[in-house]
Amino acid sequence: MEENKIPKAKRPRVAVRQQEPQIRVNNFNEVPFGYNEEEAVAEAERCIQCKNPTCILGCPVNINIKEFIRRIAVRDFKGAIDTIKNDNSLPAVCGRVCPQEEQCESTCVMLKTKNPINIGSLERFAADWEAANLKQEATVITKRLGRDGKLIKIAVAGAGPAGLTLAGDLVKMGYSPVVFEAMHIAGGVLVYGIPEFRLPKAIVQREVDYLQKIGVEFQLNVVIGKSYTIDDLKKQGFKAVFIGVGAGTPMFLGIPGENLKGVYSANEYLTRINAMKGYLFPEYDTPVRVGKKVAVVGAGNVAMDSARWSKRLPGVEESHIIYRRSDAEMPARKEEIERAHEEGVIFNLLTNPVEVLGDENGWVKGIKCIKMELGEPDSSGRRKPIPVPGSEFVIELDTIIPALGTKANKLLTSDVPGLKLTKWGNIEVDPETGATSIPGVYAGGDITTGSATVIAAMGAGRKSAKAIAKYLEELES
Amino acid sequence: MYKIVEKKVLSKDIKLLGVVAPHVTFNAKAGNFIIVIPDEKGERIPLTIYDWNKEKGILYMVFQEIGLSTIKLGKLNVGDDVFAVAGPFGHHFHSEKYGNTVVVGGGVGVPAIYPIARQLRQDGNKVTSIIGYRTKDMVVLEDEMRAVSDELKIATNDGSHGQKGFVTDVLQQMIDKGDKIDLVVAVGPVVMMKAVSDLTKKYSLKTIVSLNAMMVDATGMCGGCRVTVGGEVKFSCVDGPDFDGHKVDFEQLTSRLSAYKDEEKHSLNHNCNLNPGIKAASDGRK
Repeated sequence: MEENKIPKAKRPRVAVRQQEPQIRVNNFNEVPFGYNEEEAVAEAERCIQCKNPTCILGCPVNINIKEFIRRIAVRDFKGAIDTIKNDNSLPAVCGRVCPQEEQCESTCVMLKTKNPINIGSLERFAADWEAANLKQEATVITKRLGRDGKLIKIAVAGAGPAGLTLAGDLVKMGYSPVVFEAMHIAGGVLVYGIPEFRLPKAIVQREVDYLQKIGVEFQLNVVIGKSYTIDDLKKQGFKAVFIGVGAGTPMFLGIPGENLKGVYSANEYLTRINAMKGYLFPEYDTPVRVGKKVAVVGAGNVAMDSARWSKRLPGVEESHIIYRRSDAEMPARKEEIERAHEEGVIFNLLTNPVEVLGDENGWVKGIKCIKMELGEPDSSGRRKPIPVPGSEFVIELDTIIPALGTKANKLLTSDVPGLKLTKWGNIEVDPETGATSIPGVYAGGDITTGSATVIAAMGAGRKSAKAIAKYLEELES
Repeated sequence: MYKIVEKKVLSKDIKLLGVVAPHVTFNAKAGNFIIVIPDEKGERIPLTIYDWNKEKGILYMVFQEIGLSTIKLGKLNVGDDVFAVAGPFGHHFHSEKYGNTVVVGGGVGVPAIYPIARQLRQDGNKVTSIIGYRTKDMVVLEDEMRAVSDELKIATNDGSHGQKGFVTDVLQQMIDKGDKIDLVVAVGPVVMMKAVSDLTKKYSLKTIVSLNAMMVDATGMCGGCRVTVGGEVKFSCVDGPDFDGHKVDFEQLTSRLSAYKDEEKHSLNHNCNLNPGIKAASDGRK
């Protein structure tokens, strides 16, 4: 191969090939195709292999980014994925859904040239290369036994990113984690929340299968706090418990008419479509009724996911975003906002809903909104939206999807004696270990922080796995 | 996968299944419900727990074949598997010593009030049960209800079994007679629960209803089951399913329950075309 003579700093990012917008809105497949080997090597070769790699500090789980990129550059793809897997057990997921532009890529020195290394796409490449080229092999792990001569069992409530990471780490250390999941599929937000076209469910299932192969036990359809309480788990011989049940309960608008038919929380909308495969109705039994005109209220990632799903559903002609602030304040990833624009999502900014309007049969027929303007910065540092008097107007709609974030779900936490909660109802933990106010009970992910990212939950799972191992070593020695 | 170990046909379209689900029976109590998915392409549907055997880990559910999911369930036999059984969900029925209690069950609400009647009686209450059906052929669980009640009253719309009329007619007679009533519990179709609540409100009789809102996850994550109770929005899955019957907005509940009428027909037709067994079962229950 010919050597690239252009100085590294002057080479642009290797573009990621992706489905054209007008094609992808007619299917459910992933939008970017990802790098092939040549593209990945070319992108990896741009990395200047900093002496003090700041990218690693920008990663919530401190993947050795410099090293895995070096391995790709020398075509040691197996070495690359092994390097990533030392710190991250779900690379195919993170390569796709991490907000790299706020993490590793935001600290890349190449940012000065406006061309940071595309670390996310390289991570995805390494993970996909492994899936395509290597057989998933289950290494035999020697199980640790407790003082009673039995397996050391740890109960994990919730099979989302925090719980999966923790279970993977603990099983590799010889412990025997059992993951309890209330839904009928493992993956948590990775399967019910994130759309198929951003994270194919087969990828999540592959990771779950791998965990199962290396000895993680999954018990689906079991609700911790209902089927078994924390106390029951201890009586059943579990030596420690990890709570990673997610944030949970959706917020609604609090305006008249939002119980009309045709108003779904983003959680319900996405669960029906993703987890229950409503996009394949009637082949799958769960329906989702959307009509022709759909609006999502909010401008976070979940809002973009909902608006972009709507574009893909048969019969939908218009998909709107309604947001009370302006372009600059939208909390979603820039990439997601761009893709939504490309796909023809209509953005109604500086617009605030005041009432959901219904027809005589109790169905949504529109939403009454008021125009907003930006005033002084508020407590969040963002300019506060103020209604413009007399500017009310109506958007005709069939479906309205509030995507306003979530608050703590009390299903598990309301009934655990001695478990300390924050004033928002999240579980109070030591941020370094995930230890709760009850000895032997740990927690991590959104139930402790409120809505955050997949990688943050994974980082919390990793920290708690270490802390639980330490706790168990003391307990069992 | 959850193995079916018992099946009974209670009437033309009401069936009982016993499944091995020790995770549900471990903490099951009267008034809890479960989520069932008949097969891997199925919907998550909520069903009230009818009965359970904690020692053997067997859970009993009773359902009426009203749509695709329940028809799919009804076609399963002993030895078959149900794809998913999750639970127990919801607050269990709050039983204590009230005194004279009346439990009212309409049609497929009867299996739901059975464990409640039993619990109330165990807790020292006098239990009068009123169960109502359209006609004699649809009467189910009469003996079972008699066994857990101090007194059992039956009504059918056409008078073919028990008294002619509605459950509310029987309740009205009790009130007119001056029977002392400390608590009324009503479970059944929304129209029935509303009629009972309207009646008891006039006499200020405390009334609990158990709502059958549409649900997806049943853990409080989606809010699809929201109902308005006393002007506040509640999630029936985690805040209920039991609520004060005098405060429930039944009209809104009825409206929301009808949201997928067209899709339900579409999905049943689609499956009838694909699967003659489902078509036969669908035709057979008519």
